[in-house]
Amino acid sequence: MIHPDYEMVIGLEVHAQVTTESKLFSGSSTAFGADPNTQANNIDLGMPGMLPVLNQDAVDAGIKLGLALGCRINRKSVFDRKNYFYPDLPKGYQISQFTLPIVEHGNITIDLADGSTKNIGVTRMHLEEDAGKSVHDFGADHHSHVDLNRAGIPLMEIVSEPDLRTPEEAGEYLKKLRSILRFLEVCDGNMEQGSMRCDANVSVRKKGVNTFGTRREIKNLNSIRNVMRAIEFEANHQVDVIENGGEIYQETILWDANKNETRTMRSKEDAHDYRYFPDPDLLPLYLTEERIDGCAKSMPELPDEMKERFIKDYNLSPYDASVLTLSKANASFYEAVVDDKNDPKLCANWVTGELFGALNKAGLDIDESPISPEQLGELVAMITGDIISGKIAKTVFEEMFETSKNPKEIVEEKGLVQITDKGAIEAIVDKIIANNADNVEKYRSGNDRVFGFFVGQVMKETGGKANPAIVNEILKEKL
Amino acid sequence: MELYELGLKEAANKIKNREITSVELTKALLDRIEERNGEINAYVTVDRDHALKMAEESDKRIREGNPRLIEGVPLGIKDLFCTKDVRTTACSHILDNFVPPYESTVTENLWKAGGVLLGKTNMDEFAMGSSNETSYFGPVKNPWDLTRTPGGSSGGSAAAVADYQCPVATGSDTGGSIRQPASFSGIVGIKPTYGRCSRFGMVAFASSLDQAGVFARNVEDAALMLRCMSGYDPKDSTSADRPIENYDEKLDQLEIKGMKIGLPKEYFIEGLDPTVKQIIDDAIKNFTDKGAEVVEISLPHTKYAVPAYYIVAPAEAAANLARYDGMRYGLRVEGDNLMDTYMKTRTEGFGTEVKRRIMIGNYTLSSGYYDAYYTKAQRVRALITKDFEEAFKEVDFIFTPTTPTPAFKIGGKVDDPVQMYLNDIFTVATNLAGLPGISVPAGKMDYEGANLPVGLQIIGPAFSEQNLLNAAYAHEKMTNFELLKA
Repeated sequence: MIHPDYEMVIGLEVHAQVTTESKLFSGSSTAFGADPNTQANNIDLGMPGMLPVLNQDAVDAGIKLGLALGCRINRKSVFDRKNYFYPDLPKGYQISQFTLPIVEHGNITIDLADGSTKNIGVTRMHLEEDAGKSVHDFGADHHSHVDLNRAGIPLMEIVSEPDLRTPEEAGEYLKKLRSILRFLEVCDGNMEQGSMRCDANVSVRKKGVNTFGTRREIKNLNSIRNVMRAIEFEANHQVDVIENGGEIYQETILWDANKNETRTMRSKEDAHDYRYFPDPDLLPLYLTEERIDGCAKSMPELPDEMKERFIKDYNLSPYDASVLTLSKANASFYEAVVDDKNDPKLCANWVTGELFGALNKAGLDIDESPISPEQLGELVAMITGDIISGKIAKTVFEEMFETSKNPKEIVEEKGLVQITDKGAIEAIVDKIIANNADNVEKYRSGNDRVFGFFVGQVMKETGGKANPAIVNEILKEKL
Repeated sequence: MELYELGLKEAANKIKNREITSVELTKALLDRIEERNGEINAYVTVDRDHALKMAEESDKRIREGNPRLIEGVPLGIKDLFCTKDVRTTACSHILDNFVPPYESTVTENLWKAGGVLLGKTNMDEFAMGSSNETSYFGPVKNPWDLTRTPGGSSGGSAAAVADYQCPVATGSDTGGSIRQPASFSGIVGIKPTYGRCSRFGMVAFASSLDQAGVFARNVEDAALMLRCMSGYDPKDSTSADRPIENYDEKLDQLEIKGMKIGLPKEYFIEGLDPTVKQIIDDAIKNFTDKGAEVVEISLPHTKYAVPAYYIVAPAEAAANLARYDGMRYGLRVEGDNLMDTYMKTRTEGFGTEVKRRIMIGNYTLSSGYYDAYYTKAQRVRALITKDFEEAFKEVDFIFTPTTPTPAFKIGGKVDDPVQMYLNDIFTVATNLAGLPGISVPAGKMDYEGANLPVGLQIIGPAFSEQNLLNAAYAHEKMTNFELLKA
């Protein structure tokens, strides 16, 4: 929480690795986890006379993301050289887009905890190549090592407007952006592996003030949780400084996740002059209407559209709909459970409740679920078809999760089929009434609560298999 | 006649007809280099074994009856083109002993046509210079007068061809680096349209201006060589996807009658030697005698070409040369830490002229100066391109002298960079506009006590190489220019 007189102003810069087979300007593989420097060719190494050739798949990915964010797609964009010296930057410049990015002016709708939504502006998205990776103090000799496998990997840099006001909003923005990227299959969104990285620009101001305070940029946050924690920490720090009569200076800072604190990386005075200019090795990128239309036609359904559809077609609450559409895998699992025949609401409860809970506990992803969507659908159908009770279903679910067996098989094996035979239930009810004359008396003299006792007795007698509706009906009749 | 005096087409024919073998010719040229290089300094790397091995392979192909276009003919290659397994330094200390594990597209094309790598020729360091004096391997001497420069930056290639140390050679032309040395050395030099030859594997100086080209002792050889080395390359995004013609087979197809020659008034200026002007006028008269028409034209932004060039080229060079940091290849001078190693390596590795251009480039790109210099220079460039477009609506060719004077003395301009830069005055505009230009010998004149060649420059519209070569060929036939004696 921040001081009640202040509010935060947050803008995020996200670097999302484009899932292409080869690098942005060379044919090297982008596969993760290869031995150091085994995926760097002469172009990536910046050998003399080597030239970049633009990866058109990365361009299509950029167009699709631009369309998904409602951006203007620039018919002409330009690749620039960003010049600086560093060992993990073999050419001495990074090829990026500076003045004319591929797409601009879009927005992302985030879902807030109270069920409402908020629009966050997206200033621009541009394509650029990644640098290599420096590993410092490596081994006994304390030398630094450089791995150029990452050098040249295509990135989309997505820059938000300073529209975010709380760490929670920042978290929701990242979740939504990640799910859009995943739905489009243009980035796997894996922050831990570094395929999605985030820098946060944070400033604070007194509530009611319209101008922005001085911002500090927090670099390279590698999880949504760290983004939220770092913003919280930084905003409180800035308020403390201001409240104590101090001033905030424009700086770049690093978040130390272990110590839960930030430290200064460089001040504004040390800021680089990158001497951007158009890369003469690459012609301007011109996009035709045909190409943009082609990308538009190949666009999958996006999270927001799918959420609306789930609310409308399946009659789900906005909350359930947004949970189920957070990832494509969740959504398609859910839709396979419903399978056009099962009760959508009941399916949603089972997926978001029992299944997500069990997966979470077991540390499994949805695509590793021991229960298939067909099996879960069958279980739901057995409940609605009065074959088993909801309570029995939970036991069956546990067994399914354990053994991956079909629910029918489990129910048959264990004889869990619900008793719906009125005659059989009547016989049991008669026996119980005969044996509990005192309670019958109590009920008949107006003590309704005793009714539950009778239901319990019937269930106990039938091992929970009696159909509750029939039990109720017969009990009422007999009592 | 000695074997080493053979031109490209002559030699290719003799090898194909089995009058001589590639090994014989290669040996003759290697011997010629051995005899002459100490004096001329045209070559910086000659790998005898490598050359003879390629020659033997060519001879084998000939025996198998499977010859290619220039099978078995040894070629001089400017040290700017990366050659697989053969040292390539761009004549810079910073690329000390760099042996590329890959081949440039231009040389690859030449080997595919049957060419033999004779050796790597001297040049100004990273092609930055107009006199071959900035080379780490020392200056090249002009075979016409050993006290003079053969021009630059492709001075080694020009001198090697003029001095019969190879029949033809590759060059590169960023602001005149083929045409000026061709003119100074009394041979033919063509810079094709930007995009005609792939830049892949060519050590970059200024990427938007660099273009590979040819030196030869006659137009036909230049045409054949250009045909072999140019063409679209998907590895170079700026390469032009247009067909290459059999330039050498259509050289006599020029219709002189009615052809329009443009003379830009801005080129016939003060500072142009009157004898040079006379020689160009004589060359033009040969055409008008046969019915060509002369039109005075204006290229109004000409005077801004040199300043614009010396902003654009250093800016691109500053970034292109950032990769030479001592980390992965070439020279490394160990320092106390990373920054110190960068500084020591680059301080020692680059020569004065290269450092000057890196500094100019970084200055003009820096924040606060970018618009005043780089942006303005790009605007000038667009205007210069437009000047030419307008001109070519009226004329078929533009004729100019290649340089204001014949070859100057080694050391003559080295202390005054601006004077040196002004030597490019007639050549840089074509690079800024990306147009093809050719320099052909037009005559000789007495200059500062020496008898020196003078070149005629012919400029054409983009991708008009065939026409340009045809005009140069017609000029060659009408001019009795005597090549330097072997």
